Amino acid sequence: MGRLKFFTPAIFFIAIAILLWRGLYLDPRTLPSMLIDKSMPAFKLSTVDGDPVSNSELPDQIFLLNVWGSYCLPCLVEHPTFMRLSEEGEIPVVGVNYKDQNELAHDWLETNGDPFAFSIEDLDGRFGIDLGVYGAPETYLVDAHGVIRYRHVSVLDETVWEEEFIPAITELRAESD
Amino acid sequence: MAAKFKTCFIVTLLFLLLIPTKNLFAQVDTFEFDNEVQQRRFRTLSDELRCPMCQNTNLSGSTGGVAEDLRREIHRMIIEGMSDREIEQFMFERYGDFIFYRPRLRTETILLWFGPLIFLLIGGTVGWSIFRRAKEVSETEITLDDNQKARLDELVGE
Repeated sequence: MGRLKFFTPAIFFIAIAILLWRGLYLDPRTLPSMLIDKSMPAFKLSTVDGDPVSNSELPDQIFLLNVWGSYCLPCLVEHPTFMRLSEEGEIPVVGVNYKDQNELAHDWLETNGDPFAFSIEDLDGRFGIDLGVYGAPETYLVDAHGVIRYRHVSVLDETVWEEEFIPAITELRAESD
Repeated sequence: MAAKFKTCFIVTLLFLLLIPTKNLFAQVDTFEFDNEVQQRRFRTLSDELRCPMCQNTNLSGSTGGVAEDLRREIHRMIIEGMSDREIEQFMFERYGDFIFYRPRLRTETILLWFGPLIFLLIGGTVGWSIFRRAKEVSETEITLDDNQKARLDELVGE
């Protein structure tokens, strides 16, 4: 008993040190999304090409929803990954052109290539607020029922794809079988 | 005397730096309101909600794109007659507890609210028991027999 009492402060100290040490490696900029396991918010907008688009136009299979803008430099970094995914037909990618200008968005897609099935045009960022977006790039994984299952904030490169998205997608596909 | 005055002056200036200045950085929007109450509510809400992008700034002090949009939404909701509670709920559903500088009391935030109190209680209890034991020791009268007295003298060297 006496011995236990003697070591209590040390144990207490070590426990708190471990807790704080782990805290140092958390990224405070990555906020948890409130929309996980919730349906995609309802929207009635148009695409960057000018066609009307709403929830019923979304793919009826697992897809990615990528928030991008022509002003967004990190979007260029993750662009090759989306190009590869769409070229290889691995998963459909829907874009959200967030707070951009139509002409600039068109130019950007022309210069860099268009990996998106279509891009929802969110000029004033109102749809972004419903999604809980706080800055491009962000990528959502949506299941076949239109329910948001995962969100990644900032660049989605090949490493993130392999470490975060492939396991999440595998799990989703297993679930629907 | 002059040197003393100078020190005093500098110390006063340093203290002035501690006065909170959050409203000095408020962004200027050209929103129009029906009355002053609405305007005050807008100011309070955008002071108390946090910008999700630039993190350590409130909505009223942030130049971030999303903060601008959220201020516009607050304005719209106030004009549409929504209560503060409803506006806060709107923000919570989209951005979670993070958006509040004063998070709501929920199971997830209990530790955040009462953690410091728990630590204070632990520290207080430990401190109190040490204090009490020290007092007990100092108040106990110590009687020594002859052998012990001799040994004490030997140790102290007298």
